[in-house]
Amino acid sequence: MAIKVTAPLSPEDARKLRCGDSCLLSGVIYTARDAAHKRLCELLSAGKELPFDVKNSVIYYVGPTPEHDGLPIGSAGPTTSYRMDAYSPALIAAGETGMIGKGRRSAAVVAAMREHGAVYFGAIGGAGALLSHCVKMAEVVAYDDLGAEALRRLVVEDLPVTVVIDAEGNDLYEKGRKEYLESLRK
Amino acid sequence: MREISSALVADAVARLCIEANIVLPKDVRDCIALREREEPWAPAREILGRIAENYAVAERERLPICQDTGLACVFLEIGQEVHISGSLEDAVNEGVRRGYREGFLRKSAVRDPLDRVNTGDNTPAMIYYEIVPGDALKITVAPKGFGSENMSQIKMLRPSDGVEGVKAFVLKAVEEAGPNPCPPIIVGVGIGGTFDKAALLAKKALLRETGAPSPNPFYARLEHELLEEINALGIGPQGFGGRSTALAVSIETMPTHIAGLPVAVNINCHVARHRTEVL
Repeated sequence: MAIKVTAPLSPEDARKLRCGDSCLLSGVIYTARDAAHKRLCELLSAGKELPFDVKNSVIYYVGPTPEHDGLPIGSAGPTTSYRMDAYSPALIAAGETGMIGKGRRSAAVVAAMREHGAVYFGAIGGAGALLSHCVKMAEVVAYDDLGAEALRRLVVEDLPVTVVIDAEGNDLYEKGRKEYLESLRK
Repeated sequence: MREISSALVADAVARLCIEANIVLPKDVRDCIALREREEPWAPAREILGRIAENYAVAERERLPICQDTGLACVFLEIGQEVHISGSLEDAVNEGVRRGYREGFLRKSAVRDPLDRVNTGDNTPAMIYYEIVPGDALKITVAPKGFGSENMSQIKMLRPSDGVEGVKAFVLKAVEEAGPNPCPPIIVGVGIGGTFDKAALLAKKALLRETGAPSPNPFYARLEHELLEEINALGIGPQGFGGRSTALAVSIETMPTHIAGLPVAVNINCHVARHRTEVL
Protein backbone atom coordinates (compact mmCIF):
# COMPACT_ATOMS: atom_id res chain seq x y z
CA MET A 1 0.00 0.00 0.00
CA ALA A 2 1.44 3.35 -0.99
CA ILE A 3 1.97 6.02 1.67
CA LYS A 4 0.58 9.48 0.93
CA VAL A 5 3.28 12.13 1.35
CA THR A 6 2.76 15.88 1.12
CA ALA A 7 5.30 18.52 0.10
CA PRO A 8 6.56 20.77 1.64
CA LEU A 9 7.81 18.02 3.94
CA SER A 10 8.85 18.63 7.54
CA PRO A 11 12.04 16.96 8.85
CA GLU A 12 9.83 15.10 11.37
CA ASP A 13 7.72 13.62 8.56
CA ALA A 14 10.82 12.89 6.50
CA ARG A 15 12.23 10.87 9.40
CA LYS A 16 9.09 8.71 9.52
CA LEU A 17 9.69 7.33 6.02
CA ARG A 18 11.58 4.06 5.62
CA CYS A 19 13.81 2.78 2.86
CA GLY A 20 11.65 0.76 0.43
CA ASP A 21 8.39 2.60 1.18
CA SER A 22 6.24 3.19 -1.91
CA CYS A 23 4.86 6.71 -1.73
CA LEU A 24 2.47 8.94 -3.64
CA LEU A 25 3.75 12.49 -3.38
CA SER A 26 1.42 15.50 -3.69
CA GLY A 27 1.92 19.21 -3.18
CA VAL A 28 4.49 21.79 -4.24
CA ILE A 29 7.97 20.72 -5.28
CA TYR A 30 10.80 22.39 -7.21
CA THR A 31 12.88 21.21 -10.16
CA ALA A 32 16.63 21.72 -10.39
CA ARG A 33 19.52 19.97 -12.10
CA ASP A 34 23.30 20.52 -12.14
CA ALA A 35 23.38 24.11 -13.42
CA ALA A 36 20.59 25.38 -11.12
CA HIS A 37 22.15 23.60 -8.12
CA LYS A 38 25.45 25.32 -8.84
CA ARG A 39 23.78 28.75 -8.83
CA LEU A 40 21.78 27.98 -5.68
CA CYS A 41 24.91 26.97 -3.81
CA GLU A 42 26.75 30.08 -4.99
CA LEU A 43 23.93 32.15 -3.44
CA LEU A 44 24.10 30.13 -0.23
CA SER A 45 27.83 30.58 0.16
CA ALA A 46 27.49 34.32 -0.53
CA GLY A 47 24.86 34.46 2.24
CA LYS A 48 22.20 35.62 -0.24
CA GLU A 49 18.53 34.68 -0.40
CA LEU A 50 17.43 31.79 -2.65
CA PRO A 51 14.75 32.35 -5.33
CA PHE A 52 12.44 29.85 -3.57
CA ASP A 53 11.62 28.82 -0.01
CA VAL A 54 14.15 26.08 0.67
CA LYS A 55 12.82 25.26 4.15
CA ASN A 56 11.07 21.86 4.06
CA SER A 57 11.38 21.80 0.26
CA VAL A 58 11.47 18.78 -2.00
CA ILE A 59 13.63 19.11 -5.12
CA TYR A 60 13.01 16.95 -8.20
CA TYR A 61 16.07 16.38 -10.40
CA VAL A 62 14.42 16.77 -13.78
CA GLY A 63 14.84 18.68 -17.02
CA PRO A 64 11.49 18.24 -18.74
CA THR A 65 10.85 18.29 -22.48
CA PRO A 66 8.98 21.39 -23.77
CA GLU A 67 5.24 21.24 -23.10
CA HIS A 68 2.64 20.92 -25.84
CA ASP A 69 -0.09 23.61 -25.89
CA GLY A 70 -2.56 23.05 -23.08
CA LEU A 71 -0.33 20.73 -21.07
CA PRO A 72 1.59 21.88 -17.98
CA ILE A 73 4.78 19.98 -18.83
CA GLY A 74 6.36 17.56 -21.28
CA SER A 75 8.03 14.26 -20.36
CA ALA A 76 9.38 14.60 -16.84
CA GLY A 77 11.32 11.66 -15.44
CA PRO A 78 14.28 11.80 -13.04
CA THR A 79 17.89 12.44 -14.00
CA THR A 80 20.88 10.71 -12.34
CA SER A 81 21.41 12.15 -8.86
CA TYR A 82 25.14 11.77 -8.20
CA ARG A 83 25.81 14.90 -10.24
CA MET A 84 24.03 16.87 -7.51
CA ASP A 85 26.08 15.26 -4.70
CA ALA A 86 28.49 18.18 -4.55
CA TYR A 87 25.61 20.59 -3.86
CA SER A 88 23.01 18.64 -1.84
CA PRO A 89 24.65 18.81 1.63
CA ALA A 90 24.54 22.64 1.57
CA LEU A 91 20.89 22.66 0.46
CA ILE A 92 19.94 20.07 3.09
CA ALA A 93 21.66 22.19 5.75
CA ALA A 94 19.60 25.15 4.48
CA GLY A 95 16.33 23.24 4.91
CA GLU A 96 15.78 20.93 1.93
CA THR A 97 14.07 17.75 3.23
CA GLY A 98 13.45 15.71 0.09
CA MET A 99 15.21 14.89 -3.15
CA ILE A 100 13.79 12.96 -6.10
CA GLY A 101 16.11 11.37 -8.62
CA LYS A 102 17.66 8.05 -9.52
CA GLY A 103 20.95 6.34 -8.73
CA ARG A 104 23.43 6.29 -5.88
CA ARG A 105 24.29 9.16 -3.50
CA SER A 106 27.57 10.02 -1.80
CA ALA A 107 28.39 9.42 1.87
CA ALA A 108 28.41 13.21 2.42
CA VAL A 109 24.81 13.51 1.17
CA VAL A 110 23.68 10.63 3.38
CA ALA A 111 25.44 12.18 6.40
CA ALA A 112 23.62 15.48 5.80
CA MET A 113 20.30 13.62 5.45
CA ARG A 114 20.85 11.90 8.80
CA GLU A 115 21.90 15.07 10.55
CA HIS A 116 19.07 17.30 9.35
CA GLY A 117 16.25 14.85 8.62
CA ALA A 118 15.91 14.43 4.85
CA VAL A 119 14.88 11.64 2.53
CA TYR A 120 15.97 10.56 -0.97
CA PHE A 121 13.23 9.29 -3.26
CA GLY A 122 13.64 7.41 -6.53
CA ALA A 123 11.26 7.89 -9.44
CA ILE A 124 11.28 5.47 -12.38
CA GLY A 125 14.02 6.48 -14.81
CA GLY A 126 12.85 6.36 -18.41
CA ALA A 127 9.15 6.74 -17.57
CA GLY A 128 8.90 10.47 -18.24
CA ALA A 129 5.69 10.36 -20.30
CA LEU A 130 3.84 8.47 -17.56
CA LEU A 131 5.20 10.67 -14.77
CA SER A 132 4.16 13.85 -16.62
CA HIS A 133 0.53 12.94 -15.84
CA CYS A 134 1.19 13.67 -12.14
CA VAL A 135 2.27 17.25 -12.81
CA LYS A 136 -0.74 19.56 -12.61
CA MET A 137 1.01 22.92 -12.84
CA ALA A 138 4.50 24.14 -13.72
CA GLU A 139 6.03 27.60 -13.73
CA VAL A 140 9.58 28.85 -14.07
CA VAL A 141 10.69 30.51 -10.82
CA ALA A 142 14.27 31.37 -11.78
CA TYR A 143 17.10 30.74 -14.25
CA ASP A 144 14.91 30.87 -17.37
CA ASP A 145 18.12 31.18 -19.40
CA LEU A 146 18.89 27.54 -18.55
CA GLY A 147 15.94 26.28 -20.62
CA ALA A 148 15.14 22.72 -19.57
CA GLU A 149 17.41 23.23 -16.56
CA ALA A 150 15.50 26.27 -15.19
CA LEU A 151 14.23 26.21 -11.60
CA ARG A 152 10.54 25.36 -11.78
CA ARG A 153 7.78 25.21 -9.21
CA LEU A 154 5.57 22.18 -9.78
CA VAL A 155 2.24 21.21 -8.30
CA VAL A 156 2.14 17.41 -8.31
CA GLU A 157 -0.54 14.91 -7.47
CA ASP A 158 0.18 11.31 -6.50
CA LEU A 159 3.66 11.22 -8.05
CA PRO A 160 4.80 7.61 -7.54
CA VAL A 161 8.18 7.54 -5.77
CA THR A 162 10.05 5.01 -3.67
CA VAL A 163 12.16 5.84 -0.61
CA VAL A 164 15.66 4.84 -1.74
CA ILE A 165 17.63 6.27 1.19
CA ASP A 166 15.87 7.14 4.44
CA ALA A 167 16.91 9.62 7.14
CA GLU A 168 18.71 6.83 8.99
CA GLY A 169 20.87 6.13 5.97
CA ASN A 170 19.31 2.78 4.96
CA ASP A 171 19.74 2.24 1.22
CA LEU A 172 17.30 0.34 -1.01
CA TYR A 173 20.01 -0.26 -3.63
CA GLU A 174 21.75 -2.46 -1.05
CA LYS A 175 18.69 -3.78 0.77
CA GLY A 176 16.57 -4.64 -2.31
CA ARG A 177 19.42 -6.41 -4.03
CA LYS A 178 20.33 -8.37 -0.89
CA GLU A 179 16.73 -9.46 -0.31
CA TYR A 180 16.33 -10.59 -3.91
CA LEU A 181 19.59 -12.57 -3.88
CA GLU A 182 18.66 -14.16 -0.53
CA SER A 183 15.28 -15.18 -1.94
CA LEU A 184 17.10 -17.26 -4.56
CA ARG A 185 18.89 -19.27 -1.88
CA LYS A 186 15.69 -20.25 -0.06
CA MET B 1 25.84 8.46 -60.11
CA ARG B 2 22.61 8.95 -58.22
CA GLU B 3 21.78 12.45 -57.03
CA ILE B 4 20.13 12.96 -53.63
CA SER B 5 19.20 16.45 -52.54
CA SER B 6 20.37 17.53 -49.11
CA ALA B 7 16.85 18.87 -48.46
CA LEU B 8 15.58 15.26 -48.53
CA VAL B 9 18.24 14.33 -45.99
CA ALA B 10 17.14 17.13 -43.66
CA ASP B 11 13.49 16.04 -43.95
CA ALA B 12 14.36 12.42 -43.16
CA VAL B 13 16.54 13.33 -40.17
CA ALA B 14 13.79 15.57 -38.73
CA ARG B 15 11.21 12.76 -39.06
CA LEU B 16 13.57 10.19 -37.57
CA CYS B 17 14.43 12.39 -34.56
CA ILE B 18 10.76 12.80 -33.71
CA GLU B 19 9.64 9.20 -34.27
CA ALA B 20 12.69 7.70 -32.54
CA ASN B 21 11.97 9.71 -29.41
CA ILE B 22 8.26 8.87 -29.28
CA VAL B 23 7.90 5.31 -30.54
CA LEU B 24 10.22 2.67 -29.13
CA PRO B 25 11.14 -0.11 -31.60
CA LYS B 26 9.26 -3.39 -31.25
CA ASP B 27 12.45 -5.36 -30.51
CA VAL B 28 13.04 -3.39 -27.30
CA ARG B 29 9.39 -3.62 -26.24
CA ASP B 30 9.41 -7.37 -26.86
CA CYS B 31 12.53 -7.74 -24.70
CA ILE B 32 10.86 -5.83 -21.83
CA ALA B 33 7.74 -8.01 -22.10
CA LEU B 34 9.88 -11.16 -22.04
CA ARG B 35 11.79 -9.94 -18.97
CA GLU B 36 8.52 -9.09 -17.23
CA ARG B 37 7.24 -12.65 -17.82
CA GLU B 38 10.47 -14.23 -16.59
CA GLU B 39 11.18 -11.90 -13.64
CA PRO B 40 10.88 -13.87 -10.38
CA TRP B 41 10.94 -10.80 -8.05
CA ALA B 42 7.55 -9.10 -7.64
CA PRO B 43 8.77 -5.49 -7.07
CA ALA B 44 10.90 -5.81 -10.20
CA ARG B 45 7.94 -7.11 -12.22
CA GLU B 46 5.92 -4.09 -11.14
CA ILE B 47 8.61 -1.68 -12.35
CA LEU B 48 8.84 -3.46 -15.70
CA GLY B 49 5.06 -3.12 -16.00
CA ARG B 50 5.30 0.64 -15.41
CA ILE B 51 8.07 0.90 -17.98
CA ALA B 52 5.92 -0.88 -20.59
CA GLU B 53 2.98 1.37 -19.68
CA ASN B 54 5.19 4.42 -20.24
CA TYR B 55 6.03 3.27 -23.78
CA ALA B 56 2.30 2.99 -24.53
CA VAL B 57 1.50 6.41 -23.03
CA ALA B 58 4.31 8.04 -25.03
CA GLU B 59 3.10 6.57 -28.31
CA ARG B 60 -0.59 7.32 -27.66
CA GLU B 61 -0.04 10.90 -26.48
CA ARG B 62 2.88 11.67 -28.81
CA LEU B 63 5.14 12.50 -25.86
CA PRO B 64 8.86 11.69 -25.71
CA ILE B 65 9.39 8.33 -23.97
CA CYS B 66 12.06 9.92 -21.77
CA GLN B 67 12.75 13.58 -20.99
CA ASP B 68 16.40 13.02 -21.95
CA THR B 69 15.90 13.06 -25.69
CA GLY B 70 19.63 12.74 -25.98
CA LEU B 71 22.40 13.91 -28.19
CA ALA B 72 21.29 13.15 -31.74
CA CYS B 73 23.60 10.35 -32.92
CA VAL B 74 23.17 10.11 -36.69
CA PHE B 75 24.69 7.18 -38.58
CA LEU B 76 25.04 7.64 -42.33
CA GLU B 77 25.82 4.78 -44.69
CA ILE B 78 26.54 6.54 -47.95
CA GLY B 79 26.57 4.47 -51.11
CA GLN B 80 29.64 5.30 -53.16
CA GLU B 81 27.44 5.77 -56.24
CA VAL B 82 25.55 8.57 -54.50
CA HIS B 83 26.18 12.28 -54.89
CA ILE B 84 24.53 14.57 -52.37
CA SER B 85 23.83 18.08 -53.59
CA GLY B 86 24.47 20.71 -50.95
CA SER B 87 26.19 20.27 -47.60
CA LEU B 88 25.43 16.91 -46.00
CA GLU B 89 26.56 18.04 -42.56
CA ASP B 90 24.40 21.17 -42.71
CA ALA B 91 21.44 19.06 -43.84
CA VAL B 92 21.79 16.66 -40.91
CA ASN B 93 22.04 19.53 -38.43
CA GLU B 94 19.06 21.28 -40.05
CA GLY B 95 17.07 18.04 -39.64
CA VAL B 96 18.04 17.78 -35.97
CA ARG B 97 17.20 21.44 -35.37
CA ARG B 98 13.77 21.06 -36.97
CA GLY B 99 12.99 17.66 -35.45
CA TYR B 100 13.83 18.75 -31.92
CA ARG B 101 11.79 21.95 -32.31
CA GLU B 102 8.74 20.46 -34.02
CA GLY B 103 8.74 17.33 -31.90
CA PHE B 104 8.86 19.23 -28.58
CA LEU B 105 12.09 17.43 -27.73
CA ARG B 106 14.56 18.63 -25.12
CA LYS B 107 17.62 20.56 -26.23
CA SER B 108 20.49 18.97 -24.35
CA ALA B 109 23.60 20.03 -26.27
CA VAL B 110 26.17 22.51 -24.88
CA ARG B 111 28.52 24.32 -27.29
CA ASP B 112 31.67 23.71 -25.25
CA PRO B 113 32.30 20.95 -22.70
CA LEU B 114 33.66 23.45 -20.18
CA ASP B 115 31.78 26.71 -20.73
CA ARG B 116 28.52 24.68 -20.94
CA VAL B 117 26.26 27.13 -22.76
CA ASN B 118 23.27 25.35 -24.33
CA THR B 119 23.19 25.65 -28.13
CA GLY B 120 19.41 25.94 -27.92
CA ASP B 121 18.55 23.62 -30.80
CA ASN B 122 20.26 20.32 -29.88
CA THR B 123 22.87 20.73 -32.62
CA PRO B 124 25.46 19.73 -33.48
CA ALA B 125 24.48 16.16 -34.24
CA MET B 126 27.03 13.45 -33.54
CA ILE B 127 27.53 12.23 -37.11
CA TYR B 128 29.10 8.89 -38.05
CA TYR B 129 29.95 8.60 -41.75
CA GLU B 130 30.51 5.32 -43.53
CA ILE B 131 31.08 4.81 -47.26
CA VAL B 132 29.49 1.58 -48.52
CA PRO B 133 28.90 0.02 -51.96
CA GLY B 134 25.69 0.88 -53.80
CA ASP B 135 23.55 3.91 -54.62
CA ALA B 136 21.47 4.28 -51.46
CA LEU B 137 21.78 6.50 -48.41
CA LYS B 138 20.87 4.82 -45.13
CA ILE B 139 20.19 7.13 -42.19
CA THR B 140 19.83 5.88 -38.64
CA VAL B 141 19.03 8.27 -35.80
CA ALA B 142 19.78 6.93 -32.33
CA PRO B 143 19.18 9.61 -29.68
CA LYS B 144 21.52 8.80 -26.77
CA GLY B 145 20.69 9.78 -23.21
CA PHE B 146 23.59 10.56 -20.92
CA GLY B 147 22.45 8.80 -17.76
CA SER B 148 23.64 5.64 -19.45
CA GLU B 149 26.37 7.20 -21.63
CA ASN B 150 28.11 8.45 -18.44
CA MET B 151 28.36 4.87 -17.14
CA SER B 152 30.32 3.64 -20.18
CA GLN B 153 33.95 2.55 -19.92
CA ILE B 154 36.95 1.67 -22.09
CA LYS B 155 40.12 -0.22 -21.26
CA MET B 156 43.19 -1.36 -23.14
CA LEU B 157 43.54 -4.95 -21.93
CA ARG B 158 46.61 -7.14 -22.51
CA PRO B 159 46.29 -9.98 -25.02
CA SER B 160 47.04 -12.38 -22.13
CA ASP B 161 43.87 -11.16 -20.35
CA GLY B 162 41.92 -13.06 -23.01
CA VAL B 163 38.21 -13.76 -22.95
CA GLU B 164 38.16 -13.95 -19.14
CA GLY B 165 39.64 -10.45 -18.94
CA VAL B 166 36.99 -9.16 -21.35
CA LYS B 167 34.19 -10.72 -19.30
CA ALA B 168 35.57 -9.36 -16.02
CA PHE B 169 35.80 -5.85 -17.48
CA VAL B 170 32.23 -5.91 -18.84
CA LEU B 171 30.89 -7.17 -15.50
CA LYS B 172 32.87 -4.53 -13.61
CA ALA B 173 31.41 -1.77 -15.80
CA VAL B 174 27.86 -3.02 -15.22
CA GLU B 175 28.46 -3.43 -11.47
CA GLU B 176 29.91 0.07 -11.16
CA ALA B 177 27.02 1.51 -13.15
CA GLY B 178 24.58 -0.18 -10.76
CA PRO B 179 21.28 1.71 -10.55
CA ASN B 180 22.54 4.86 -12.29
CA PRO B 181 21.87 4.13 -16.01
CA CYS B 182 18.17 3.20 -15.56
CA PRO B 183 18.35 -0.60 -15.69
CA PRO B 184 17.28 -2.79 -17.38
CA ILE B 185 20.13 -1.80 -19.66
CA ILE B 186 21.50 -2.88 -23.01
CA VAL B 187 25.22 -3.51 -23.02
CA GLY B 188 27.15 -2.70 -26.20
CA VAL B 189 30.65 -4.18 -26.26
CA GLY B 190 33.37 -3.33 -28.77
CA ILE B 191 36.46 -5.52 -28.87
CA GLY B 192 39.52 -4.89 -31.02
CA GLY B 193 40.65 -2.15 -33.39
CA THR B 194 42.29 0.89 -31.80
CA PHE B 195 41.30 2.91 -28.71
CA ASP B 196 38.71 4.91 -30.68
CA LYS B 197 37.52 2.09 -32.95
CA ALA B 198 36.65 -0.08 -29.94
CA ALA B 199 34.39 2.70 -28.61
CA LEU B 200 32.76 3.08 -32.02
CA LEU B 201 32.14 -0.69 -32.21
CA ALA B 202 30.50 -0.59 -28.79
CA LYS B 203 28.20 2.21 -29.88
CA LYS B 204 27.36 0.42 -33.14
CA ALA B 205 26.61 -2.75 -31.19
CA LEU B 206 23.71 -0.84 -29.62
CA LEU B 207 22.15 -0.38 -33.06
CA ARG B 208 21.69 -4.11 -33.52
CA GLU B 209 18.18 -5.47 -33.09
CA THR B 210 17.85 -5.87 -29.32
CA GLY B 211 18.29 -9.49 -28.30
CA ALA B 212 19.48 -10.66 -31.74
CA PRO B 213 22.69 -12.69 -31.34
CA SER B 214 25.99 -12.04 -33.08
CA PRO B 215 26.25 -13.95 -36.39
CA ASN B 216 29.55 -15.35 -35.09
CA PRO B 217 28.72 -18.43 -32.93
CA PHE B 218 31.66 -17.82 -30.56
CA TYR B 219 30.57 -14.26 -29.82
CA ALA B 220 26.90 -15.25 -29.71
CA ARG B 221 27.81 -17.68 -26.92
CA LEU B 222 29.87 -15.02 -25.15
CA GLU B 223 26.92 -12.59 -25.35
CA HIS B 224 24.68 -15.23 -23.82
CA GLU B 225 27.13 -16.02 -21.00
CA LEU B 226 27.63 -12.35 -20.18
CA LEU B 227 23.87 -11.71 -20.13
CA GLU B 228 23.39 -14.63 -17.71
CA GLU B 229 26.18 -13.38 -15.45
CA ILE B 230 24.92 -9.78 -15.52
CA ASN B 231 21.42 -10.95 -14.66
CA ALA B 232 22.80 -12.95 -11.73
CA LEU B 233 24.21 -9.76 -10.13
CA GLY B 234 20.82 -8.93 -8.58
CA ILE B 235 20.86 -5.19 -9.44
CA GLY B 236 17.43 -5.43 -11.10
CA PRO B 237 15.16 -2.83 -12.73
CA GLN B 238 16.02 0.64 -11.38
CA GLY B 239 18.55 -1.04 -9.08
CA PHE B 240 15.86 -2.03 -6.56
CA GLY B 241 16.80 -5.73 -6.84
CA GLY B 242 15.75 -8.46 -9.25
CA ARG B 243 16.89 -10.53 -12.17
CA SER B 244 16.27 -8.08 -15.03
CA THR B 245 19.44 -5.97 -14.93
CA ALA B 246 20.07 -6.21 -18.68
CA LEU B 247 17.89 -6.89 -21.71
CA ALA B 248 20.75 -7.84 -24.02
CA VAL B 249 24.49 -7.89 -24.57
CA SER B 250 25.70 -7.12 -28.11
CA ILE B 251 29.32 -7.62 -29.07
CA GLU B 252 31.02 -6.23 -32.18
CA THR B 253 34.63 -7.01 -33.00
CA MET B 254 37.37 -6.15 -35.49
CA PRO B 255 41.03 -7.04 -36.04
CA THR B 256 43.56 -5.42 -33.73
CA HIS B 257 47.32 -5.12 -33.09
CA ILE B 258 49.47 -8.04 -31.90
CA ALA B 259 50.10 -6.14 -28.65
CA GLY B 260 46.56 -5.05 -27.88
CA LEU B 261 43.10 -6.04 -26.70
CA PRO B 262 40.97 -2.86 -26.53
CA VAL B 263 37.55 -3.33 -24.94
CA ALA B 264 34.83 -0.70 -24.75
CA VAL B 265 31.50 -0.98 -22.95
CA ASN B 266 28.80 1.44 -24.09
CA ILE B 267 25.76 1.21 -21.86
CA ASN B 268 22.27 2.08 -23.04
CA CYS B 269 19.15 2.44 -20.91
CA HIS B 270 15.97 0.51 -21.66
CA VAL B 271 14.80 3.47 -23.76
CA ALA B 272 17.03 2.17 -26.54
CA ARG B 273 15.92 4.44 -29.35
CA HIS B 274 16.93 3.90 -32.95
CA ARG B 275 15.13 4.44 -36.22
CA THR B 276 16.25 4.04 -39.82
CA GLU B 277 15.22 5.30 -43.27
CA VAL B 278 16.81 4.46 -46.60
CA LEU B 279 16.82 7.15 -49.29
